[in-house]
Amino acid sequence: MANLRHIVVVGNGIAGVTAARHIRKLGNDRITIISGESDHPFSRPALMYIFMRDLNFADTKLYEDGFWAKNRIELRRDWVEQIDTAAKRLRLRGGESLSYDALIVATGSVPAREGWPGEELEGVQSLCSLQDVELLERNAASARRAVIVGGGLIGIELAEMLVTRGIAVTMLIRERFYWSSVLPDGEAEIVTEQARAHGIDLQLDTQLSAILPGSDGRVRAVTTAQGTEIPCEIVGICTGVRPRIDLATISGIECNRGILVDRHFRTSASDVYAGGDCAEHRDPPTGRKAVEQVWYTAKIHGETIGAHLMGQAEPYCPGIWFNSAKFFDLEYQTYGDVPRSAPEGVHSFFWRDTVGRRCLRVNFHAGSGAVLGVNVFGLRHRHAVWEEWITSTTHVREVMAHLAAANFDPEFFCRAEPEIVAAFNRAHPSMTVELKSRRGLFSSYIRSLFQGRRDGADQPFENSSAS
Amino acid sequence: MNSSPVQNHALTPDPHRLDPLEKLALAVLALGLAAFVTGLFYVNEQTPGGARFLWLCGAWGAVVGGGMLYGIRKYAKQLPGVRNHGVTSESLTARGAVGWLLAILFTAFYICLYWYPSLLEGWIRLHDPLAQALQGKPADQWFVYGTFYTAAVAVMGAKALAKHRHSRYQIVRISCIIFVQSIFAWILPALLAKLSQPEAALTYFWPLEYDKLMPDNVHELLSWRTHFATFCVFWFVAGTFVLAPVLTYFFGKRWYCSWVCGCGGLANTAGDQWRQLSDKSLRAWRLERWTVHSVLLVIVLLTGFVWLAPRLPEAFQASIDGARKWYGFLIGLVFSGVIGVGLYPLLGTRVWCRFGCPMAAYLGLLQKYFSRFRITANGSQCISCGNCSTYCEMGIDVKWYAQRSQNIVRASCVGCGLCAEVCPRGVLNLENGPTAGRVPDAFSLAGPLKARPPRA
Repeated sequence: MANLRHIVVVGNGIAGVTAARHIRKLGNDRITIISGESDHPFSRPALMYIFMRDLNFADTKLYEDGFWAKNRIELRRDWVEQIDTAAKRLRLRGGESLSYDALIVATGSVPAREGWPGEELEGVQSLCSLQDVELLERNAASARRAVIVGGGLIGIELAEMLVTRGIAVTMLIRERFYWSSVLPDGEAEIVTEQARAHGIDLQLDTQLSAILPGSDGRVRAVTTAQGTEIPCEIVGICTGVRPRIDLATISGIECNRGILVDRHFRTSASDVYAGGDCAEHRDPPTGRKAVEQVWYTAKIHGETIGAHLMGQAEPYCPGIWFNSAKFFDLEYQTYGDVPRSAPEGVHSFFWRDTVGRRCLRVNFHAGSGAVLGVNVFGLRHRHAVWEEWITSTTHVREVMAHLAAANFDPEFFCRAEPEIVAAFNRAHPSMTVELKSRRGLFSSYIRSLFQGRRDGADQPFENSSAS
Repeated sequence: MNSSPVQNHALTPDPHRLDPLEKLALAVLALGLAAFVTGLFYVNEQTPGGARFLWLCGAWGAVVGGGMLYGIRKYAKQLPGVRNHGVTSESLTARGAVGWLLAILFTAFYICLYWYPSLLEGWIRLHDPLAQALQGKPADQWFVYGTFYTAAVAVMGAKALAKHRHSRYQIVRISCIIFVQSIFAWILPALLAKLSQPEAALTYFWPLEYDKLMPDNVHELLSWRTHFATFCVFWFVAGTFVLAPVLTYFFGKRWYCSWVCGCGGLANTAGDQWRQLSDKSLRAWRLERWTVHSVLLVIVLLTGFVWLAPRLPEAFQASIDGARKWYGFLIGLVFSGVIGVGLYPLLGTRVWCRFGCPMAAYLGLLQKYFSRFRITANGSQCISCGNCSTYCEMGIDVKWYAQRSQNIVRASCVGCGLCAEVCPRGVLNLENGPTAGRVPDAFSLAGPLKARPPRA
């Protein structure tokens, strides 16, 4: 077996691990994954469940421990201090060095902070790594009150975690609603209500001004820009993350906000790739951001890097945007493009349950009627169906008529489609539709979608069965 | 500068702290349990019927009332939603002292029940009034066991309903379990005895209850010469050979294992808090396939030989008889009872269903090869968190499939629906549908993203 390369992955997050898995699937090269954070790769989004004691750490590991040896992927617990890109060697904190033929930098991200006075006090922390959860465990032991700064996904997860320990949580949110940089007002309002229903003291239009120490050097309180003092023993800084680029920077790899990569995730150094949270696209795909710090994106990065290294050189093409989250008990899924306010020429249809907090928003082209994206809260929708609808620019009338085909709720759940379609007809009397299609896999519509036979299609069907 | 502390700081109640209603419920429950313990030692043949009746009503009233109130209150005081917080650290649910103590008590109860029923004499005599009313004859240990079993399913079922009330699938399913256990497995057989009919439990079939299709039972049923007894023979044959394959084809084995069967019923009510203890390792899966299919093979052969016995030489008949006794002892008593239920708090709730039940093995083969059932993985939304695998009572590593966007088609899946319920991203769903594409041929580690260009 000549010419087997040594491929080294720095970081055992989902981008690095996915890359390693693909390389192994496609070939026999030697693979090493180096991480200073944990012995075995685990699911970062599951950190909250470890703290809430829903899961043990072992439950969050991506695979059983024996998996790695079986697939000949070496796991190494160490930190990489520097990359010598000319000699293709890594210097490890343990003192050793390691040579590579190809290197994948997947170092993820670090919490972004804004330099508030008192940030360094004990009791002030973020939530990003396994070590952060261990720290939170210690901080929460004696805490009764916490203040969380920032209105994003991590902030609300941290709030949920602390509430399960009986700790009272205040969230300071700069904007008018929770996560309103991403969510349209209707959805942001629902999440705001949801957080309040779970006992979170959500302070909107409020900014942190300073973190105050107590006589023991630990955090005692925070003050807001309005001058209010809020006593607390924990301050959670959840104002977003930034790419972790220190290793790349000191190693002379070209960085901007993140490590700059092309469509094949190649960095400025030869045979060095970067993917996941730490990467920044020089030329992002249409409609996508240069830095996307999302689990799913990282997974696709990893897959693309793996395929590239194995000679299947296709440029990064992530497909339609999708994401999901859970706000306390409220699940959220999004497919396609739903910006916080609909641009010119785009209609945004919004339905909200009269009793609960379920809602659905569908954006579509005012002119062509083609659907662009969907947000659902408290409803589960089928990824494949929406991907098909969006990529084949399906008319909103057809989407509405067959909305049940996208329903992915468990059996016996209350169906929302009749109400949604009625609301759609009220909002768009010129496009009145009638609800067709049964729910779930019995819907012949689902089958036809993927077999290229659709009845009553308003648009000519664009054959996508090429794959 | 206003430096006064904010007053509207919402102090959320600690969900782990008992509120007054819960304390009251626990006190009532404790009184009921105390009544049972004293009853075990002080009730006998001489105790007057009236006293026994009052004792029984008081004990069961307190246990059922206190138990239900506590279980419902515990979850009703929280908003509806997935509430598994604390499971990995509590003594009861994480193999702590409480778990071990309960496992020892449960096991001791089964040992007494099977081999030393005289030790349970106090409870048996305590239940005479109820047995007389229901079945028109005094109680025996099996009547007491049935009553305990049904009470456990009902009381803990109420708790499970409160816990899972955000899911209509669980509400319907758990209600069905409670209904089937109380009516078909407990009251109906007792009433049949009163009506001088065979005490047939119509919800158990061969090969789980292997006696059902053994020649002696069939001949005995036929000897009753009543319409009902004849119907029973028809029903048990049809149940195994028609109902099971047809329903499993359309709905998967869940129609039985987590909607009808008493073993599953107990696991999903009384055992619901221990489902995360099941072993998820590959090693356990390998062991499971060997043991469960071996038991199926043994009982199929054994049943066949028992039917053939009259035509076989005498020497054979004795060893068939012996084998049947050993099967009854090892599988019927030790495995399904002592290990299967006694060790709930240590090994999880479906040890019997997973490693031993021949009915589960039979339905599992049908489910795997002739069924429209699958757990669909929704596109690429999996975050690999591990909730699905952890809360799978059958020890299926659901995440292994979900994170590669692959549907889950596994013989052992009983379709309890918990993986779909605890999934925080809406990735999993129990579905029946066309068999084409049930197990996709190709999958991508990052998900089946069709929009990406085809591979060369």
